[in-house]
Amino acid sequence: MSQAAATDPAATPVEAFAAMEQNGAALMPLRKAGLARFSESGYPSLNDEDWRFTNLKPLTELPFCPVTAPLGQAPGPEQLDSLTFGRLDADRLVFVDGHFNADLSQIADQPSGVTVSNLGRFEGELGSLSGGDDNPFVALNDAFFTDGALIQIGDGQRLAKPVQLLFVTTANAEGEAAHIRNWITAGANSHGTIIESHLSLGQAATVTNVVTETRVGDGANVEHIKFQDQSARAFHLASLHSELGRDARYAFHSIALGSRLSRNNLRMRLAGPGIECVLNGLTMTRGQQLADHHMIVDHAAPHCDSHEYFNGILDGQSRGVFHGRILVRPGAQKTDAKQTNKNLILSDDATANTKPQLEIYADDVKCTHGATIGEMDDDAIFYLRARGLDACTARRMLMHGFVGEIVERIRHDAVREELDALVWNRLETEHQLD
Amino acid sequence: MLQIKKLQAGIEDKRILKGIDLSVNAGEVHAIMGPNGSGKSTLASVLAGRDGYDVTGGEAIYNGSDLLDLAPEERAREGVFIAFQYPVEIPGVNSAYFLRSAVNAVRTHRGEAELDAMSFLKAVKEKMKELGLSEEFLKRPVNAGFSGGEKKRNEILQMAMLNPRLAVLDETDSGLDIDALRIVADGVNRLRGRDNAQVVITHYQRLLDYIVPDFVHVLHDGRIIKSGDKSLAIELEEKGYDWLAKEAA
Ligand SMILES: Nc1ncnc2c1ncn2[C@@H]1O[C@H](COP(=O)(O)OP(=O)(O)OP(=O)(O)O)[C@@H](O)[C@H]1O
Ligand SMILES: [Mg+2]
Repeated sequence: MSQAAATDPAATPVEAFAAMEQNGAALMPLRKAGLARFSESGYPSLNDEDWRFTNLKPLTELPFCPVTAPLGQAPGPEQLDSLTFGRLDADRLVFVDGHFNADLSQIADQPSGVTVSNLGRFEGELGSLSGGDDNPFVALNDAFFTDGALIQIGDGQRLAKPVQLLFVTTANAEGEAAHIRNWITAGANSHGTIIESHLSLGQAATVTNVVTETRVGDGANVEHIKFQDQSARAFHLASLHSELGRDARYAFHSIALGSRLSRNNLRMRLAGPGIECVLNGLTMTRGQQLADHHMIVDHAAPHCDSHEYFNGILDGQSRGVFHGRILVRPGAQKTDAKQTNKNLILSDDATANTKPQLEIYADDVKCTHGATIGEMDDDAIFYLRARGLDACTARRMLMHGFVGEIVERIRHDAVREELDALVWNRLETEHQLD
Repeated sequence: MLQIKKLQAGIEDKRILKGIDLSVNAGEVHAIMGPNGSGKSTLASVLAGRDGYDVTGGEAIYNGSDLLDLAPEERAREGVFIAFQYPVEIPGVNSAYFLRSAVNAVRTHRGEAELDAMSFLKAVKEKMKELGLSEEFLKRPVNAGFSGGEKKRNEILQMAMLNPRLAVLDETDSGLDIDALRIVADGVNRLRGRDNAQVVITHYQRLLDYIVPDFVHVLHDGRIIKSGDKSLAIELEEKGYDWLAKEAA
């Protein structure tokens, strides 16, 4: 097939790396350091505490072939419009297999203090927020990223429109990997909404490895919605590194519906007082799918609130993994940290692993966590029936409520409404509700 | 309206109701009192059709048909309403959406037209005002994070909206402040009429000052050991249950 020429399966990362030389000399130190770290560590295994429930064997057995040059197969504009969130009133940056596609992208007038573009050869402070992380996929990304989004909102500026980052894969060969890098800065008292989606146009076992560094300035207000709905054979690895300044308002929503295996590392650093940080996630898995959210919320300053809400619906033989670590550093008094992870199990063969981890080095704090794993609440079903609703309607209402809890937290109206309909439609067509 | 005869029920191997006889006619208000664990909530649950209870004997005939044969939702649609002692919290399910669905399920069953969103809101807001419930509650998930008293008022709101023929209130007065007690009692009294009936389960004679019962029954160890008029409640308040238990033994 034609695409074979574009990406010859390379035997090793070191051999594949030769192709990265062409992407700008300035980034070579970062890339080389990444390659060295990955060569040292290799892929994580089940022996790594942070990967205990997430078996990467099916991924590591794939050929190693980063898509270092565009594959030359782009979707048409109509096809993009037909995708989820395809018709939002937003600026759109489109990346195909990790490569920017200017023809499909459109950026309206943003104020002069705002940059919305592809990353290109931007080096800025790339790696400054993700650098301390020993996640091998960050190292791989450092070495192999091809492109991604660059969003810089100046102090006191507002995005004129939400920015939509649309990442599609077209690859048809096993193991073809898009390494994507995003850099987002929201200046002091700035404001913006970012909608990131990851979709597959092919069915192959492709890999997406995305690293996003976000610096949210003092008093800034950012909502970031990440929607992952890749094909059932795809592998999706994501690592988000956000540093939040004094009085920042930050909401990150992770909706993970697709992929055979998805892993979202969320690393929040609350660096100044008065921050409100919300991490809000929904997973719906079936078949052999695995969806993993692994977060560290680092309270490094006093008077901050952080809330994590993650709900999962698990069907088939799927697995849901949640790891939520809350770190309250000495001096981070008056921290209010809340964490919940609820899993609704629809089949005997589905599994949920949930692990809260509180590490608290300050004495005047409020930290709570709660996790549930189970079937639908019989008492709630009975209560609804005792008010005249039939059993099937009662179950649907509860299921809708379960996903609605999460979806409702999205502030962007059009995204919330489209997502609510999509999720509900998905449940009706793919899960047994009766 | 409701004839309960020799009703026996339990959970797994535990016998809880050991032969209940109780007849409730339209237009009547009955109070059931009795010590903790005597089976009052169990009786309410069996009438509501909660799973897990085995009816081992007797019957409950509601308007001529076998109540125990109906699914919980059919009972509700036929006009049976239980205000639960411990209303369940249902996160994620919007109160207004839930209540409108319930009202319309019942209306449809009665052959009445469904209420559209506007007329539903108008009706529910009126009732909420009477019950001293803030409209804020409509936007919140069902009972989620409600205080004890708010949950009880919410039960009465549902009752008022569903307009049942037979209402069973299981300790709706527990946990209510004095003002709320009066409001709840008013809610029940407003419902009183020739065509319907109320069964009020309570520990406190105080409630019966507001909702004046026609009959008072004492449930003890799964049986009604004494019935009387409202003076029985006053006597119980003074003397407790021991003397009755001895009398019955
Ligand atoms: N699910 C259950 N499993 C086992 N025993 C139960 C269960 N539910 C109720 N019981 C028992 O049945 C008996 C009657 O309980 P019930 O709740 O009906 O009492 P009650 O009269 O409503 O008491 P209270 O005044 O405290 O509300 C009690 O001994 C109780 O422990
Ligand atoms: Mg009780």
